[in-house]
Amino acid sequence: MNKTAQIALVALLCVSAAACTKKAVKPMAEQAPVDQGAMTSNDTSTGKYKQGDLETDACLRQRVVYFDFNQTEIKPEFQQIVACHAKYLQDRPTSQMRLEGNTDERGTREYNLGLGERRGKAVSDALTAAGGSASQINVISNGKEKPVCREHNEDCWSKNRRVEIVYTAE
Amino acid sequence: MQKLTQTLVLVLAVLLALITLPASAQSSLNIQIVKGTLSSTPITVVPFALQGGSPPPTDVADVIHNDFNRSGKFRALDKSSIVELPSQGSDIKFDTWRLLKQDYIVVGRIKDAGNGMVQVEYELWDVNKQQSLLSQAMQPAPVGDLRNVAHQIADAIYQKITGVRGAFWTRIAYITAVGLGNNTTYSLLVADSDGFNPQVVARSKESLLSPAWSPDGKKIAYVSFESGNSNIYVQDITTGSRQLVESHPKGINGAPAWSPDGSKLAVALSFSGNLNIYVLNMASRQETRVTSDNLSINTQPVWSPDGQSIYFTSDRSGRPQIYQTSASGGGATRISFQGQNNQNVAVGYDGKQIAMVQGNGNVYRIAIMDQSLGGQVRFVSPGPYDESPSFAPNASMLLYAATDGTRGVLYSVSADGNVRQRLVLSDGDVREPSWGPYRER
Repeated sequence: MNKTAQIALVALLCVSAAACTKKAVKPMAEQAPVDQGAMTSNDTSTGKYKQGDLETDACLRQRVVYFDFNQTEIKPEFQQIVACHAKYLQDRPTSQMRLEGNTDERGTREYNLGLGERRGKAVSDALTAAGGSASQINVISNGKEKPVCREHNEDCWSKNRRVEIVYTAE
Repeated sequence: MQKLTQTLVLVLAVLLALITLPASAQSSLNIQIVKGTLSSTPITVVPFALQGGSPPPTDVADVIHNDFNRSGKFRALDKSSIVELPSQGSDIKFDTWRLLKQDYIVVGRIKDAGNGMVQVEYELWDVNKQQSLLSQAMQPAPVGDLRNVAHQIADAIYQKITGVRGAFWTRIAYITAVGLGNNTTYSLLVADSDGFNPQVVARSKESLLSPAWSPDGKKIAYVSFESGNSNIYVQDITTGSRQLVESHPKGINGAPAWSPDGSKLAVALSFSGNLNIYVLNMASRQETRVTSDNLSINTQPVWSPDGQSIYFTSDRSGRPQIYQTSASGGGATRISFQGQNNQNVAVGYDGKQIAMVQGNGNVYRIAIMDQSLGGQVRFVSPGPYDESPSFAPNASMLLYAATDGTRGVLYSVSADGNVRQRLVLSDGDVREPSWGPYRER
């Protein structure tokens, strides 16, 4: 992608995302290169996302937001993901998503259910602030019931403190 | 001369017994003596004599012996140290047991009662006073019920000596998770208080948690994720029939706790947008909101024994802490002030002992706050990931969940923290223990 297109994309995201910061749109080192095809497949007149973009668009393909310990604040590096999914919800009003909040193993099960829900709601709030409709989003909490790893260390814990975005209607 | 030889043999036997005692006690039972147990009472349970019929599959004396050791109140003499085998009071040579520094001795016999039934008789004697304290013939029972009979005997002896009702003849509920990832099967099980006779009550491909016994011991309320979100069910453990009692499609339906009279269920619900405590009337199905907070997490409600107030976990002050409020709602009072955070409260039957999970850094341990001692906290588990404390109905012991590597395991611990035992229950993860009420014959 050339510089102009990149700036245009950044501008587009910043318009749709209320909580857009300079840091948020900085391309991330670990992020896969943006798929040219996905961008050109957007309707050029409106720049709207299409159904197939969920599988091809580099930003939309990212469906996990990670959190700090006992925190529900969305870190700057995940604001771009929130912004593109908010735009998708806006562009496709029939689409539906489930946000699944998760925690690390520390603390008790029922309290962690509450913490997982709080993270899910933080992502939901950011999505609606960025243009998604609350009616398109269903938040559930798995607490610490669905860990992706089970080791007792920060590396594993940081992978479990997450909200997963699951589309139930594209 | 013969008398001297006899005495020598006896002294040697006693010495040998004392030398071998610690090692054999450790290896046979997986009981950890955490601190010196000088306060525990020495008692001998002599293997019961078989009078007719074939040997039953249950060693009655062994079950009683293990109950006593697990309680922390008693130190039962190791089997290998039992040098004589009296089966009735008139056979007891009290000098022998005095030399072994025993305060009490239990003897008994198992009689064939025909048709696969047996009758157990036992006697409890005070060694120093050479006095009979209890002598009882149990109801004839099927051979398969001998563990129950043994626990009932342990309860009667425990009560006679300590003045507190025994809680060995009780059941526990817990959750197991067997398998990995999407192939995990979750089960709700009920077992005897020592982990024997596990029975599956419910199974699910999705997580189960928070089992809670109804006060009559007939039903268990629990949380299941089988429909995708958390919902609360109440299941009759005899018939297996179950009711869906809380299933708001929006938010959490969790943390059920029965009121002491069994007519209500305190729950944590977030359909309103924030997780709060409610009381569900089981007859009318009416929900009454107890906490009215719009920002914090409020969960894990537990009733006070008089049913007047509810303890719960809330992070309204930042970190999670324990609060107490009237069961009909209104303001809440914070009751936990030690440690970085406190969660997951359990209350003893008399309301004096309050157990909770206390987190400090990355270490989570079971702490007991004794309200009669000015809110002081003592730790009864070592951590680092302990949770789900649950008191026995006489509050003499607790169950809690811990980890062994990445595996979940259950421990029982005496309320003074002195004696701890790991329950060997199942392959896979074991978690969420809940100690049931007293059983009625």
